[in-house]
Amino acid sequence: MTPKPLIQLSGVDKYYGDYHALRGIDLTINEGEFFSLLGPSGCGKTTLLRTIAGFEGVSGGTLMIDGKNMAGVSPNLRPTNMVFQSYAIFPHLSVAENVAFGLRKDPRSKEEKAKAVAEALEMVGLGGYGNRAAHALSGGQRQRVALARALILKPKVLLLDEPLSALDKKMRELMQVELIRLQRQVGITFILVTHDQEEALVMSDRIAVMFEGEIGQLDDPETLYRRPNSKRVAEFIGKMNFLDGTATAEGNRIAVDVAGLGKGDIAADQAPGGMPLGKVTVGIRPETLAIVFEGETTDRRICDAVVDEVVYYGDMTYYDVKVPGVDKPLTISMKNMIGRPVLDVGALTRVAWDERSLVVLAA
Amino acid sequence: MAEGFFKTDRGRAVLLVSPPFLYAFFLLAVPLGAIILFSFWTQDFVTVNTTFTTANYQEFWDKPIYKLLLGRSLYVSGMVTLVTVLSAYPIAYFVSFHVHPTKKSMWLFLITIPFWTSYLIRVFLWKVILGYNGVVNSSLMELGIIHEPLTFILYNVNAVIITLAHAFAPFAILPIFVALEKIDRSFLEASQDLGESKFSTFLRITLPLSMPGLVASVMIVFIPTIGDYVTPELMGGAGGKLIANMIQTQFLQLNNAPMGATLAIIAMVCVTAISLFFIFLNRRWLRGRA
Amino acid sequence: MRGNGGGLRVYAVAYLIFLYAPIILLPIFAFNDATIIAFPLAGFTTHWFDELWTTKALHEAVKNSLMIAFATSVLATTLGLCAARAGAMADFPGKKGIIGFVMLPLVLPDIIVAVSLLIVLRQVLDLTLSNWTVIAAHVLLCTPFSIAILNGAFQNLDPSMEEAALDLGENRWSAFRLVTLPLVMPGIISSMLIAFTISLDEFIVAFFLTGSNPTMPVYIWGLLRFPASLPIIMALGTILVALSVVLLTIAEYFRRRGLKRAGLKDTGGFL
Repeated sequence: MTPKPLIQLSGVDKYYGDYHALRGIDLTINEGEFFSLLGPSGCGKTTLLRTIAGFEGVSGGTLMIDGKNMAGVSPNLRPTNMVFQSYAIFPHLSVAENVAFGLRKDPRSKEEKAKAVAEALEMVGLGGYGNRAAHALSGGQRQRVALARALILKPKVLLLDEPLSALDKKMRELMQVELIRLQRQVGITFILVTHDQEEALVMSDRIAVMFEGEIGQLDDPETLYRRPNSKRVAEFIGKMNFLDGTATAEGNRIAVDVAGLGKGDIAADQAPGGMPLGKVTVGIRPETLAIVFEGETTDRRICDAVVDEVVYYGDMTYYDVKVPGVDKPLTISMKNMIGRPVLDVGALTRVAWDERSLVVLAA
Repeated sequence: MAEGFFKTDRGRAVLLVSPPFLYAFFLLAVPLGAIILFSFWTQDFVTVNTTFTTANYQEFWDKPIYKLLLGRSLYVSGMVTLVTVLSAYPIAYFVSFHVHPTKKSMWLFLITIPFWTSYLIRVFLWKVILGYNGVVNSSLMELGIIHEPLTFILYNVNAVIITLAHAFAPFAILPIFVALEKIDRSFLEASQDLGESKFSTFLRITLPLSMPGLVASVMIVFIPTIGDYVTPELMGGAGGKLIANMIQTQFLQLNNAPMGATLAIIAMVCVTAISLFFIFLNRRWLRGRA
Repeated sequence: MRGNGGGLRVYAVAYLIFLYAPIILLPIFAFNDATIIAFPLAGFTTHWFDELWTTKALHEAVKNSLMIAFATSVLATTLGLCAARAGAMADFPGKKGIIGFVMLPLVLPDIIVAVSLLIVLRQVLDLTLSNWTVIAAHVLLCTPFSIAILNGAFQNLDPSMEEAALDLGENRWSAFRLVTLPLVMPGIISSMLIAFTISLDEFIVAFFLTGSNPTMPVYIWGLLRFPASLPIIMALGTILVALSVVLLTIAEYFRRRGLKRAGLKDTGGFL
C-alpha cells in the first residue's frame, strides 16, 4: 500500500524578528504514520509542531493538511489536536468535563456525549475516573486525560509536544508502549516532538532530525541509526567513534583507508549518496567494535590496543581504548557475560572491527 | 499591515494595554504637566495670570517659612523611613526564617489588618494614646512613675513620626519579606559550610540579597510620607506642621493654586532627588562588596 | 533554623502589640459611657451606636462612599485586567515603561495626585467637583493594586491552557471566557475587594476632590473637630474595622482558592 500524504510543508519559513526559527522546511507526513520531530532544544521542532497546530503563523512557504492550505486557518478550525507539554488540564473542571470540553458545539445528545467521554476514558485506561477533580491527578493520569480529550474529537492528526518529559523514567517507558498501542488502535497520524533519541527510535515509523531550523535527516529509525548522513546526526543519535580516513570510489564500491585500523572495502550505501570522497571521517558505533578476550578467536579484522578507561554499567562495560595511530581513544561497549572478565586500565588487549559496520561521513 | 498587526499576540497586547495607559496618561501625565505649567504662572486675586514667571520659585527662596517646612518635612520623612524600615526588618526576617511555612500567610494577614482600618481614625487614636489624658499618661500616673502628665509626647514632630511609622509599617515589611523569601536557603548553609558564623552569614549573604526589598521599602515609605497632611495636622501642633499642610492651605484656603503647585513640585523634586541618590549609594555599596 | 527564633519572637509579638494598640482602643471607647475619650472608663453603653443610626448626614456620606468605592473597584479592576492580561500575553515595545507608568501612583505622594487633578478639573476643564471626580482619582490610585494582584493571577496561569481551549475548537473569546476567566476569577474578586477597601478609606485625595456631598472619611474629618461627636466616631470606627476584617478575610479566602485551583503552594499574602 502506498502511503497517502496528509501533511505537506513546502519551503516553510518562520521568523521571530531577526531570528530564523524555521529555514525552508520541506516535509511530507503520511496518513496513519507515527512521526517524530527529534532534535536538541532550540532546533525549531516545537515551533514546527505549533505551526502545524496553528498557534504560529508561517513567514513563508505553504502548509497543507489533508489537501487544504492552512494559511490563515486558526487552531480551532484545523483537523489537528494537541497534547501539551504541561498537558494543560483545566484545573477548574472535572476529568469528564475536561474530556468533553471540545464537544461543546457537537450536535449529539447529552447521553451520547457522556457515552463518548466514557469510551475515551476507557481507551486511555482511566475508566471510572470521570468525576475526579482534575487538580488531584498524577502526572501520568493527566497525560491520559490530555490524550482522551484530544482523541475524542477524532482529529486527523494528533500532535504531541514532549509528552513524556515530565514523567519519571518508569512511567515514561510505560507510556511509550501505551502511545504505540493507542496509535495502532485509532490509526491516525501522530506527530511527536522529543529531544530524547531513544524515545524517538522506540516509537516512530519515521524520524526527522532537526538542527537550527533545518531537517538534518529524515529516515526510519534503523536507517537513521545505522546510516546517519552527517557527524551531527550520528553524534545526536547514540554514540559513535570518529576516525580520520580517506575514501576513493572503486566501481560501485568504496575503498577506505582508516587511520590506525587499516584499509577496507565497503558498499556504496555506507556513505551518504552524492558525498564528495577524498579526506573523510569514518564512523564506527561502539557496539560494532569488540574486545577480543584472552583465549577467544575471531574472523574479523584485529588491531592492538591499550585499555585507557573502564566504565562498568552492570549489564554492559564501556571501554575507552587507545589504538596506535588513532589520536582519540575508541569507545567500545561489551556485554558482560559469565566467564568474561572486566579488564583493568592499562591492560593490553586486541580490538576486532568489521568494515561492514563503517560509515563514511564528510570530514 | 496595521490591521494584521492587531491580529498578532503583540498587537492584541498593545490594544489591551491602551485603556489603562490612556487613563493614566490623561489623569496623571497631563495633570502633572499642568501643575508644572501652573508653577510658572501667578494668582491675581480670582484669576490666574498666565504670564511666564519664576516669581513663585523666587518667593519660595525668599520666605524662610517654606524652606523651614520643607526641611522639616524631609527630616520627618527621613526619620519615619529610618524608624519604620529598621523596625520592620526584624519582623520580615522573623516571619520569613522562623515562622513555619503554613503559618506565614497568617502572620502577614495579622500584620496587614491594622493597615486596612480607617486611616483617619487610626491617627486620631494615636492622639488618644499620646494625649494629655491619654493611655500613656494615665498608665504612667497610675503606676506612680510620673505625677504630672507628660506634654512632650503630643503636638510635636515626634508624635508625627510615631504615628506615620505606625501607618507605614506593612508597606515596609512586605517588600523586605518578599526579598527574604526569594533567598535560596542553601546559600546560607553553603556560607556556614565555608566557615562563616551565623552573624557573618547574615552580613555577607542575607543582607546583600535582601537589599532590593530594603530599597523598595525605603522608597515606598519615604516618598508617600512627604505628601501626608493628616498626621501633622492632628498630631503635630503648631510646631509640627509640614510642607503638605502648606500645599493644602495654598490650594484650599489661600486659593493660590500656582504657589501650591510650585511647592508640590519642589517637594516632589527633592524627594525624587534624595531617592535617586539613595539608590545610587546603594548600588555602589553593593558593587563595592562584589 | 525555624520554629523558635527566641528573642525575635518576643520582638515580633511586641511589634504586633504596637500595630494593634490603636485598634484595640476603638471598641473600648465605642462602648464607654463618656463623651471624653480618655481613661478612666465610665461604664458600658451602646448609646453611641444608636446615635449612628439617627445621624442623617453620616448616612449620606456612607452611601456616597459606598457608591464611589463600588464604581472604583469595578473600573480599577477592569483596567487592571487589561494591563495584566496584556503583560502576560506578549512582549511589545515599551512594555516595561508603559506598565511602570501605570503603576506610578503607587509611589507618588497622594497630595501630588490630588493637587494636579484638582488643577486640571477645576482650573483647566472648569468641572464641578462631584463623586465622579473622586472616582476618577481613586481609579488612578487603585489600578496599580489591581494590576499587582491580577499579575499574580495571570503568572500562575499556564499559557497552554488557553491554547488547549483554542485547539479543542473554541475561538479566542470563548476560550478566554471558558478557561482563562474562571481561572483568574479569584484574582478578580480579591482585586475588587482591595480596591473597594482602599477607596472607602481614602481621605487625602478625596478631601481635595469631593463635591458638595462629602465622602465618609471627609465627613469623619469634619467630626474630629467637635469633641462631642468623638464617641460616635469610635462606634463608627469599630464597625469599619469589623467590616474590613470581614472583607479582607473573604479576599484572602479567594486568593488561596485561586492558588489551590492553579495547583500551587501558598507563598505569601497580598502584594
